[in-house]
Amino acid sequence: MEISAYKDIYVFAEQRGGIIQGIALELLGKARDLAQTTGQQVVAILAGHHISEKARSLIAFGADKVIVVDDPALNEYLTEPYTQAITHVIQQYKPAVLLIGATTIGRDLGPRISARIGTGLTADCTRLEIGEEGELLMTRPAFGGNLMATIVSKQHRPQMSTVRPGVMQKIDRDDSRKGEIEKLDVEFDKSKFKVRLIENVKAKQSLKDIAEAKILVSGGRGVNCAENFEKLKELAVMLGAEVSASRAMVDAGVVPQNRQVGQTGKTVRPDLYFACGISGAIQHLAGMEESGYIVAINKDKYAPIFQVADLGIVGDGNTIIPMLTERLRKEMNR
Amino acid sequence: MKIIVCAKQVPDTTEIKINPQTGTLIREGVASIMNPDDKGGLELALQLKEQYDAHITIITMGPPQADAILREAFALGVDRAILLTDRKFAGADTLATSNALAGALRNLEYDLIIAGRQAIDGDTAQVGPQIAELLDLPQVTYVEGLKYDGDKALTIRRQTEEGYQLLETEMPCLITVLASGYEARYMPARGIVEAYGREVEIWGFDNIAVDESRLGLKGSPTRVHKAFSKGVKAAGEQFEVEADEAVGIIISRLKQKFLI
Repeated sequence: MEISAYKDIYVFAEQRGGIIQGIALELLGKARDLAQTTGQQVVAILAGHHISEKARSLIAFGADKVIVVDDPALNEYLTEPYTQAITHVIQQYKPAVLLIGATTIGRDLGPRISARIGTGLTADCTRLEIGEEGELLMTRPAFGGNLMATIVSKQHRPQMSTVRPGVMQKIDRDDSRKGEIEKLDVEFDKSKFKVRLIENVKAKQSLKDIAEAKILVSGGRGVNCAENFEKLKELAVMLGAEVSASRAMVDAGVVPQNRQVGQTGKTVRPDLYFACGISGAIQHLAGMEESGYIVAINKDKYAPIFQVADLGIVGDGNTIIPMLTERLRKEMNR
Repeated sequence: MKIIVCAKQVPDTTEIKINPQTGTLIREGVASIMNPDDKGGLELALQLKEQYDAHITIITMGPPQADAILREAFALGVDRAILLTDRKFAGADTLATSNALAGALRNLEYDLIIAGRQAIDGDTAQVGPQIAELLDLPQVTYVEGLKYDGDKALTIRRQTEEGYQLLETEMPCLITVLASGYEARYMPARGIVEAYGREVEIWGFDNIAVDESRLGLKGSPTRVHKAFSKGVKAAGEQFEVEADEAVGIIISRLKQKFLI
């Protein structure tokens, strides 16, 4: 493989129903950072149907160039058509790096592309840097977050990585940024389209994505029951926050899985994180330790959560939380 | 219907602790288990066996002691078990692992290949889709429900961030399953005893037609550059006071930090 023929940092710009996903902007932000170090360009790949007009916004968020693959076959995400489209881009343009979001789409698409191209893929990265030889250093948690490993792919291109949502920072939108938009036609092998989408169902949820929340009130095993979890919800309402949970509450069926923080759930980075009755298993810490300010309430004064907390309260959250809600209510009415 | 379940033996990562002095993993005494998502996949296979008289083969790649999860699978009701093991497979990343497994699968007949979504030691979720690609099969990942039409088609419920998708696919295909979709059954006592009398087939490099350059460390495009444990963040302040006073402290700190 002629490594030097491969250049620039490419980002798969994930969209759903024509809406560019936050992860795409986060990846562009990181790609800008990496491109600065290597003096390369940031290229976004935008695949979908009737999505061309979205290309401009990718430039505003950091892309130097956008390659648009607009085709009815790409109307909804399906593994095979998207794999064919992205593989075509890789073969034609030869990227040095390809970043994909570690979403249910990216984690379906990434390994399929890597096997088709015959290159490496590092999953769920939380840190990306450029090494001394210009190689991409991809750092990710392993063993349930107990260990971090930095992975390289020196002899293969593109260097592919999926990146956890909520970890990288997007840059501020700048509509005066200049960039190039290029349309690419792909000839699909439709004989390989074997999976058909019947229906895309959005679960009813009035609550927003916990990864986007500025304040999270999170409950764990110590909260113990749905009734107590309601008290957390009341505090959340008072603070304009969202509720989330550790795995224990999800396994107990009190909280849906899309509210789970941690290694097998979501990575969150709110300005304020309340951990109530959460002991702080390493899998949970991996998902929230980057939060701005962490308040932990736990009966066990040796609970590991206190090692990452900015403010630790040894006590029963089920008593303290309702009192806190009440006091805040009084303060706000004053 | 012929089903192949791909499973992995993993350390129970919920039991791994970090030595606070050295910052290294304490692996001693940590039990090895069948990976939870794979066990969910096995449960789905067993349900299809009950309903449609499916034949189940389970395959795992790993060291000789991975035999234990195959015995467990025998006890639960699989018909055939294969242990893919060879020093030439050692040090494999996901792609080299998939090359070896796909090589073995090419020697078998299947209508449906079931893998777990991801393993709890690596969390990569890559081997399923990579095998599907190498075998030129359609794939559906994050599967939490499945209906078989009794002929060639599957209707699959796939978990997404916002809810779920319903997809239809034709067989043969590969799916990766979530443990939350299929709660594993308990082993019957009689099955445990019988499992040790069953034959686990041992396959190695000579049983698969895959070039050595695509296997093990040599066949791995990725390399571990370094591994380290995360430094522990300095702990903040801690108070053990009456609830009322605690509330006062929380409010004053949040105000100081302009968080409320």
